[in-house]
Amino acid sequence: MNIVKYLSELIIPLMVSTIVLNGLLNKTDVYESFVRGAKTGAKTVIGVFPTLVGLMAAVGIMRDSGLLNAIGQTVGRISEYIMVPGAVVPVMIVKLFSASAATGLVLDIFREYGTDSCEGLMASLFMCCSETLFYTVSMYCMEIKVKKTRWIIPGALFSLGIGTIVSIILCNM
Amino acid sequence: MNIIWGIMIIGGIVYAALTGRMSDISDGIMNSMKDAVSLSITMLGIMSFWSGIMEIAADSGIIKSMTKKMSVIINFFFPNIPKENKAREYISSNFIANMCGLSWAATASGLSAMRELKKMQNPNEVRASDEMCTFLVLNISSLQLIPINIIAYRSQYGSVNPWGIILPGLIATTASTLAAAIFCRIRCRKQ
Repeated sequence: MNIVKYLSELIIPLMVSTIVLNGLLNKTDVYESFVRGAKTGAKTVIGVFPTLVGLMAAVGIMRDSGLLNAIGQTVGRISEYIMVPGAVVPVMIVKLFSASAATGLVLDIFREYGTDSCEGLMASLFMCCSETLFYTVSMYCMEIKVKKTRWIIPGALFSLGIGTIVSIILCNM
Repeated sequence: MNIIWGIMIIGGIVYAALTGRMSDISDGIMNSMKDAVSLSITMLGIMSFWSGIMEIAADSGIIKSMTKKMSVIINFFFPNIPKENKAREYISSNFIANMCGLSWAATASGLSAMRELKKMQNPNEVRASDEMCTFLVLNISSLQLIPINIIAYRSQYGSVNPWGIILPGLIATTASTLAAAIFCRIRCRKQ
């Protein structure tokens, strides 16, 4: 555990120092480049703010009304028949909309069933192989004013579906 | 997107009305907006920082040499992006940042990649190009190699083997990324 933790703590400082050092060695104006990049970054954040507000409002309403959990639990009840503990399914569905809400559910599962139980393991795996589809698609598409997302959502759902199936198989092995 | 967003709002409010949680909704919206602002302030700092670091990496040529190393992958998924296009650099740095779990750095380069891809299109086009779709689907399939957050939570909640998740996690995320890759290739061939 310690070595993994240590490495993961190391990765950011290591990456930053490598990039800056390499810049200096290549005689780049590192500070000027940094400021130019930071300006673009700041503009981007201000640009995505309205999108973010819209998304968080919608996700907040879904979460606080209990609809998100209700959907998860309904699907969870159905999934009991295919060897998947019902408690875990909401994680997968909630994760599509909100990483923090999904993390909350995973921690609940850890408390209730233990981290090394089948439920705990499956929930951890679901978190590994999924991404917040809703945020990613709307942030990236809004940024460049793309309205028709074509096969992004079906494609993403397909890949997450495969990830889920593989996680379930791994846990039942 | 319009429909999904609308359904989320209306669905949530109707559900709240049926279950008598209307007051939660008003509080919820207020809280969500507070979260949105605090998240944006955090983002403003972190995104500016990573965009700055990425700019140094781009100016000093690191990204270019990494893009060369990754060109097999980029050519496979994005055969239509010209060799010298900047989008290739942003896409490779986004993939690398994602694999290392640096989600902020990934967002910074990911948005730049999308802007470059947009430049390849007709400016009035509102449909996503094949390249945009491929890029986003691969992105959502989760590329992170070591799920450090989950490992931390697992050890915090008393797992005997918190890092035991790495190997199965790697298998699961490889599977989802492979599925995404196959899907993208098939869809791009169709046109």
